Amino acid sequence: MIINHCLVCFSELMPQMGWTTLFSKEESHYMCTECYVKFEKIEGETCKSCDRPLAETEPQFKVANRCLDCIRWEEDHEWVGTLERNHSLVHYNDFAKEVIARYKYRGDYLLSYLFVPLIKKKLQLISFDAIVPIPLSEERLYERGFNQAEAIILAYGYQPNNLLTRIHSEKQSKKSRSERIHLSQVFQTKINIPNKKILLIDDIYTTGSTLRHAAKVLKEAGAQSITSLTIARG
Amino acid sequence: MRFAIVHSKLLPDKLLHSSQKTYPISSIDQIPVLQMNPSYSYNIELQKQLSGKQLLLDDLTFPLEEIQEHYEQGHLIYRKGIHVEKNKPICTRCGNESNLFFAHFPCARCGEKCLYCRKCIMMGRISACTPLISWTGPAAQVEMNRTQLSWDGSLSDGQQAASERVIQAINENKELLVWAVCGAGKTEVLFQGIDAALASGKRVCLATPRTDVVLELTPRLKNVFPHIQVASLYGGSEDRHLNASLTITTTHQLLRFYRAFDTVILDEVDAFPYSVEESLQYAVRQARKQSSSMIYLTATPNEKWQTECLHGKKDFVTIPARYHRHPLPVPRFQWCGNWEKGLKKNKLPPNILQWVKKRLDANKQCLLFIPKIDKMEKILPLIRLLHPKIEAVHAEDPHRKEKILAMRNKEIPMLLTTTILERGVTFPNIDVAVLGAEDRIFTESALVQIAGRVGRSAQAPGGDITFFHYGKTNAMIRAKNQILKMNEEARKKGLIDY
Repeated sequence: MIINHCLVCFSELMPQMGWTTLFSKEESHYMCTECYVKFEKIEGETCKSCDRPLAETEPQFKVANRCLDCIRWEEDHEWVGTLERNHSLVHYNDFAKEVIARYKYRGDYLLSYLFVPLIKKKLQLISFDAIVPIPLSEERLYERGFNQAEAIILAYGYQPNNLLTRIHSEKQSKKSRSERIHLSQVFQTKINIPNKKILLIDDIYTTGSTLRHAAKVLKEAGAQSITSLTIARG
Repeated sequence: MRFAIVHSKLLPDKLLHSSQKTYPISSIDQIPVLQMNPSYSYNIELQKQLSGKQLLLDDLTFPLEEIQEHYEQGHLIYRKGIHVEKNKPICTRCGNESNLFFAHFPCARCGEKCLYCRKCIMMGRISACTPLISWTGPAAQVEMNRTQLSWDGSLSDGQQAASERVIQAINENKELLVWAVCGAGKTEVLFQGIDAALASGKRVCLATPRTDVVLELTPRLKNVFPHIQVASLYGGSEDRHLNASLTITTTHQLLRFYRAFDTVILDEVDAFPYSVEESLQYAVRQARKQSSSMIYLTATPNEKWQTECLHGKKDFVTIPARYHRHPLPVPRFQWCGNWEKGLKKNKLPPNILQWVKKRLDANKQCLLFIPKIDKMEKILPLIRLLHPKIEAVHAEDPHRKEKILAMRNKEIPMLLTTTILERGVTFPNIDVAVLGAEDRIFTESALVQIAGRVGRSAQAPGGDITFFHYGKTNAMIRAKNQILKMNEEARKKGLIDY
């Protein structure tokens, strides 16, 4: 796909000519520099389970290089080891909120390409056998017109492995943390996947509940390990 | 979504009982429009939400079966979200025909690779399989009262003459441009025209490109028309489903209207973004009834419109003088050399520093317009050496409102600003200067508007307006000439006393 206008603000993309561009591919291909810098990339020390940046986490909410939320997950015998590791690309700041809302709620499909360069960089660090999107229920899929997680995989050029299905329920974003965690299982899978390393894809990691519920189903179906990648870390 | 054609009627696939061939709505050649059944007892709530609108299924809170029934009874129509003219796709809602704003996606609603419009995506996605729904049943009743206007102010001679022309245009469903100088009092000129329209049961829309203006006009109009319903529309406002006789709206919100208004009054025709956004101009056209009047208001029509007025191709009326009967302050030009180069060495042209100093010493508030934000950020610390309380504002400044308020309360002596303050905001007694008036962001109309900030109140009708420049531009000269011409016309018509 040839893109010569910023996918976010539509301004013309000026190819930055110089030695660096000659030898390395520009990172911010699909957006202009002004928009690119409005995303805060997740860098520095992060929680080794969920990628939450630890620099701005209060000391009482972290132990060594893990955040308190993940410690709680891992202390729970039901959830220990379910999700091996989450990776996220950017902070869920106001700008990311705006762009992701336009992408998934307004339905601006083309924005699925926005993070391809960042995903590419990240995927070099992750090994997996199958890449699986968090599914939408049939009703929600019809309402939105597309699955935002699947679109990200397609934009990247991979074939999504639709191993999971989802039972229709209340919107996640309308629930509290405890409601989310004690959610009954909404995912299902029909296939056994022995010894496969699975990479789950979603748009946002908020409490980690969605990803862990999905991971649990896959684990029970025989998967060896599950990691996840989300665009934003809430 | 997909539709079948059954007995020359469109039928959504979700309501099909047998297997039929179905198509995305844009692939259907002729969409059957059904005759209205006058004895059908329609849903009044649906009529209220849909009258004069063009909405998506997702915007409506009614079940598909009920909507389909109204279609079959000829009370609403389905239109193609995207239609094709001369082999080119066009978004039916916003008029976009540029490839830059179209993209494809694998659509779960029609199961095909579906074209969608990115231009108006913030109002919900229009794609090739999206039906756009409009009401074709009996129009929703608007209340009619004989005396609507409750205003005991009086109009200046210039305002009175314009007001009569506005009434005439509204009564005869014609177009009229009201060219009123900054500070002429153009809102009052509308009162009697709106009153005449309402009295004959017409639906009136007052549209403006900017939300600020909607928020400012709404209480004023509610005040002078206390007995009618007034809807105030902007992104996120709550009056979305109000079917009022008077609607005050941003031009953007008009994208949801279709053949709704008998009278559209468009304020600040030349203001961003209306002036450059074809989709907003398209929205205004769509929102008008086929037979309707259109009143344009501006202090600064663009060159094309000015020429059309001059050659008698456009009906127009001018209000060349301010209500306080003083002439408009005329800009002075002052060469200030290559100020950008100086700025790199942290230097400002001496004549500008002097201009500012003079105002600070005399305790007179002033505005300094600067073409770009990054330049402004460099200038602020340099100017602050003269007075520590000087502030700067631009469009994305989160403290914009507070700073303007502080200026109004005379807590700060001076504001540096981008063109964001070129219109709308008035401070009663200020001097104004432009630094780098040669920049192309300062169009003729921007410069006339900026000059129009000076001498607004009857108590302080004069003041200084200086364009500091590094080379005179056509825009500067045309702006000055426009102001001189208005003063001359006002003198001839006896609208100036001083």
